Amino acid sequence: MNRDTLSALKDLLLKMADDCLILGHRNSEWVGIGPMLEEDIAFASIAQDKLGHALALYTLLHQYCGEPDPDTLAFMRPATKFKCCHLVELPTQEYDVALVRHFLFDTADRIRFEMLTASTFEPLAKLAQKVKGEIVYHTMHASAFIRQLPHGTEEARCRIQTALTMLYPFALGIFEPSEYEEILQRHGIFQGERVLEQRWNQEILSVLKQAGLEIDNSARPVYGGRKGYHTDHLEPLLQEMSEVFAQDPMAEW
Amino acid sequence: MQAAITPSDIWTALADVTDPEIPRLSVVDLGIVTNVQVTHEGSVSITITPTFAGCPAIQYMQDAIRERIRQLPVRSVDVQVSFDQPWNSNNITERGRAILEESGFAPPPKHNGYIELPLLEYVTCPYCGSTDTSLQTPFGPTLCRSIHYCHACSQAFEQFKPLA
Repeated sequence: MNRDTLSALKDLLLKMADDCLILGHRNSEWVGIGPMLEEDIAFASIAQDKLGHALALYTLLHQYCGEPDPDTLAFMRPATKFKCCHLVELPTQEYDVALVRHFLFDTADRIRFEMLTASTFEPLAKLAQKVKGEIVYHTMHASAFIRQLPHGTEEARCRIQTALTMLYPFALGIFEPSEYEEILQRHGIFQGERVLEQRWNQEILSVLKQAGLEIDNSARPVYGGRKGYHTDHLEPLLQEMSEVFAQDPMAEW
Repeated sequence: MQAAITPSDIWTALADVTDPEIPRLSVVDLGIVTNVQVTHEGSVSITITPTFAGCPAIQYMQDAIRERIRQLPVRSVDVQVSFDQPWNSNNITERGRAILEESGFAPPPKHNGYIELPLLEYVTCPYCGSTDTSLQTPFGPTLCRSIHYCHACSQAFEQFKPLA
């Protein structure tokens, strides 16, 4: 693999891993305070899956891209070195926001991993084969609630619609194109953010239609996360997440 | 002189290492051991793969396997965790499925590579055998288990989740 291809692969793996790690942390904030027991456990399980996916991706970065070990990557980088999109950084706020974010992100994440099962970078293709099976449970969970909740009370419909309108521009930021799109496509590593975005749009629209929800077609994507520019919410999250690790990075667990 | 260790000796010993959450279920029956190799000199390398990528028990099982194999007359043992042959729930052996059932877990239904809602509903109750059951939530006490309710014997039970 030449230097440009390696940089492209590194960029792809890092943004995916960072998305999983940060959203995993946000999802874990529901532990103990979920609106009902099943949702508490669901968000905890999904958080644990996300951390597993982040760990597997950081491990690939360590094994194939010359990056430090997974714990160092996760806990010792400044916010400016993170490549996650703004969607995953936003504070959890209310359950409606958490649920809509879970739906918008995990649908994209599942399609991304499905696409990556055909990657010419074999370790990633094999991991994708594994991970896509797990994410099916996440999208099944998210889609079921998104379909049903708006048909409950008017307040429920209003809350989900408001959360969707607020989050949709951030969700478009998932697909912020990188400088490596062409290299990734040419080498068959990944078909690119545009293909992913088109498939994602199709899929979410079909669920949103059944739910009676609408998106704002004039929404402009919120970019920057993939280039290391972040919201003010990431820094405090990283501090909290790495608080214990940073006290003694060499500790044996 | 002692006879050389064979892969089959290793597989036999691996059957003693169990899932920490389901103590009767061995790592072999769980289907997470994907490769066993033994060199002429007696160096053993074993590859395992987690049921779910975020499974916190995988390191425990990795250590337990290393410890068990070290009790054999081997020169060295190396246990790697890899996704080269990813786990799916069809990898659980018939014996493993029977042990799950005896332990009070519904074994995962066999799948053809796709997991859809109907596969998760109407799971056979491990206590009374009824299929008049419903899925309570696909997320249970561990990543690999879902929670169901049997309307025939009024009992909640867990299923080892199908995973494609």
